Amino acid sequence: MPLSAEEIRSLQAKAKQIRCDMVDVTVWAGGAHIGGALSMTDVLTALYYHYLNLRPAEPGWPDRDRFVLSKGHGGVGFAPVLADKGYFDKELLKEFNHFKSPFGMHLDGNKVPGVDASTGSLGHGLSMALGMALGARFQKQTWRTYCLLGDGECDEGSVWEAAMAAHHFKVDTLTAFVDRNQMMIDGRTEDIMSLEPLAAKWTAFGWEVREIDGHDFAQIGEAIEGAQATKGAPTVIICNTVKGKGVDFMEDQVKWHYGSIDSKLAARAKASITGGVS
Amino acid sequence: MTEVTGTTWNVYDANTLTQAEIYGRVLCDLAEADPRIVALTADLARSTKIGVFQDKFPQRVFNVGIAEQDLFGIAAGMAKSGLLPFVSTMSAFASMRALEQVRTDICYQNLDVKIIATHGGVSFGQAGTTHHCTEDIAIQRALANMCVIVPADGWETANAVRAAVQRPGPVYIRLGRGFEPTHYENDDYGFEIGKAVTINEGTDITVIACGVAVYHAAEAAKLLKDQDGISVRVLDVHTIKPIDEEAILKAVTETRRILVVEEHNVIGGLGSAVADVIAASGKGCAFAKSGLPDCYSEVGYPEDLYAHYCIDGDGIVGTVRELLHREFEADEDWEDEF
Repeated sequence: MPLSAEEIRSLQAKAKQIRCDMVDVTVWAGGAHIGGALSMTDVLTALYYHYLNLRPAEPGWPDRDRFVLSKGHGGVGFAPVLADKGYFDKELLKEFNHFKSPFGMHLDGNKVPGVDASTGSLGHGLSMALGMALGARFQKQTWRTYCLLGDGECDEGSVWEAAMAAHHFKVDTLTAFVDRNQMMIDGRTEDIMSLEPLAAKWTAFGWEVREIDGHDFAQIGEAIEGAQATKGAPTVIICNTVKGKGVDFMEDQVKWHYGSIDSKLAARAKASITGGVS
Repeated sequence: MTEVTGTTWNVYDANTLTQAEIYGRVLCDLAEADPRIVALTADLARSTKIGVFQDKFPQRVFNVGIAEQDLFGIAAGMAKSGLLPFVSTMSAFASMRALEQVRTDICYQNLDVKIIATHGGVSFGQAGTTHHCTEDIAIQRALANMCVIVPADGWETANAVRAAVQRPGPVYIRLGRGFEPTHYENDDYGFEIGKAVTINEGTDITVIACGVAVYHAAEAAKLLKDQDGISVRVLDVHTIKPIDEEAILKAVTETRRILVVEEHNVIGGLGSAVADVIAASGKGCAFAKSGLPDCYSEVGYPEDLYAHYCIDGDGIVGTVRELLHREFEADEDWEDEF
């Protein structure tokens, strides 16, 4: 069922709160991949606050939906969501990146409740997500698997090995998102290693492809519901996003792939987020 | 083929079946009892001999095509979903092509994935060096959480595969390619992961071996006994990690001379693992490693390559004779300890 106007308003408010939390964690961590965390926030918010079937009090619940953050450097954006959902105390995030903290910038599934797969090295997540989805089907379980990839990550050949196999095995319970923020560490994707025509590539690999505005909850919801209804093929949702989304001085800036912010800059960032810049 | 139903499992004759064929059959037996078991391969179902499993459990085999990174990533995801994946491919691909998936997806997450790496060492000698793998023991033993087993023959392969199911976490089992000679006469000799098997008692020198080198070490021990009257202890150290420190140190104390033989680069393999144990103990001994002398392997039939790299019976005999005359600095209190 499409998201109602009220649900959309609620998700938008939640996304603002999560973005502010990310800013805090970036300060505590001493630096983080804030740009790509901000670009994926709305998709993550839609999943964790509306679509995923979860029991935060029971992280290992066997029938939960699975989520693999294949762009593992988005950990600074993922951890606040898990804390807010109740997987662990938000106070723990003050130790992010510190000595012996369970939280490093790439989250460890064996240390952080709610993380279904340890990721960080790019190009690994889609294969693991595919394995989970195949495992569910083999065991006649009905939970779904979602995997969020970076766009630069799609340079990795292993992404396409997994893409080929997911189509071959007709795994329609697997949904991938590509956070198409157009940027990678060294510059714009199309300058460093061109991805376009990206949608056509996924189509050629046999996937059902949807291309949306990754900051528009109505579109995000419609695409996820479309993926859930698709039979016989996996779906990829290419989410056109803005790197640094919501923070005016970070938006569409390559230099904010990874950065540090002090409390003064953090206040400015939060004002930008809560001021409704969109 | 001799197929005997034992008290708890079927016995497959290692004289008529290759290590990999035995693996396929043992996996069938195990899968009968354990519905979690699935088999994965990357277009090597034939070469890795899981065809028999495929015939019996077609729904439980996943062939991902020639894509080893995907192979191990999928296995990790399946293990996460509660399955027990057995992944078979050539050791070169399991240890090098897909190393990061093995390390990060499987070992780092400490997942219950069993890797059956065929064509280890120079066992596919004719194929050329791209298809040899003389680095895998070094690579795999450096991965935290990984258990590394190099069975001596088909009998030991059956034991290792059964034991791997009982052991939580990742296990790497390295096999040869074809009809490597068989050392054991059956599988009933008390195999245990992490426990060396004393093949031959001896007091003058100890030859420590794994894989096909175990057979050759046993042959060499017989020759040395008959021709030179030398008493050679032979240890089958099938588990490279966790290694049997006790058996190694007992051998050092009791024989003072150690030769390690393996189908692997002399850097990083069983020889290095044994040297670690000896160095940490502070005990002195005469010590040598036989294997590939930090080079890429020549092409040829395995038996010719084993001879070339002195890991066959004659080669081991020659190295033992040399090592028996090598001087070393013994501890002052050694005799007391002994």
